[in-house]
Amino acid sequence: MIELLQNIAVGVLLLIGSGFTFIATVGLLRLPDLYSRMHSASKVGTVGSGCILIALALFSAETAIVTRALAAIVFLILTAPVSAHLLAKAAYVAGYRMWGGSVHDDMVDTIRNEDNGELK
Amino acid sequence: MNLYLANILLALAWAAVTGSFTLVNLVFGYVLGAAALYLIREQVGSLGYFRRTFQFIRLAALFIVELIKSAWRVAILVLSPRMDVKPGIFAYPLRLERDFEITLLANLITLTPGTLSVDVSEDRKYLYVHALDCSDPDTLREDIASGFERRIMEAFQ
Repeated sequence: MIELLQNIAVGVLLLIGSGFTFIATVGLLRLPDLYSRMHSASKVGTVGSGCILIALALFSAETAIVTRALAAIVFLILTAPVSAHLLAKAAYVAGYRMWGGSVHDDMVDTIRNEDNGELK
Repeated sequence: MNLYLANILLALAWAAVTGSFTLVNLVFGYVLGAAALYLIREQVGSLGYFRRTFQFIRLAALFIVELIKSAWRVAILVLSPRMDVKPGIFAYPLRLERDFEITLLANLITLTPGTLSVDVSEDRKYLYVHALDCSDPDTLREDIASGFERRIMEAFQ
């Protein structure tokens, strides 16, 4: 009985995880510019891989593997936002424009100020 | 910080006494140590320790819930036939001062619904945040201020 429940939980988590990972990929293709795409890659991707790792932990039910899976999740959660942040910032500084339909930009001034500083 | 050390020492003592240094036993010893410290909370002044631990757990729980909500919302958005996005970058005035807290807030913002931190201003007064729906930046600022920033302040100050 417990084994059945465990298998069902593992299967469901695997499906959810792969579903989210798939949606993250679709998001990368459909969203309009790099900044919006980072949303899809960082959040949906993290949840997808997190679900798959939890499924792995449940499936093995061994301390050594569970701790490693949990550590992997923690590192994913720590590093995904940092890489998203770095990519977005690098793109902005390199002058990659936001999509034409964007409605708001407070950062324009900072970049312009930095440029002025360099010119002086 | 001393109480963390005391708690770890208690956990080690528990592991030594029971003669098993497995991870599960160490974690169990840590919980027992925390319970022991809770019993003498008046004498050693450990109430703040528990309050902070509790708030840290609450922050972590809030974060996981928000992460799932955010992934769900982006997923719905991506799968809807007509994507309705109004992206933009807004400046968020920071009340936090320490680098560590700003880093934490930036990370939390990135993993929550529709927002992604892009940059911190040189003087560490503003955080630039990209939002998928930036039609109303003031509400977004309000959400961050009353949600994550307040919780981080409670947990670490």
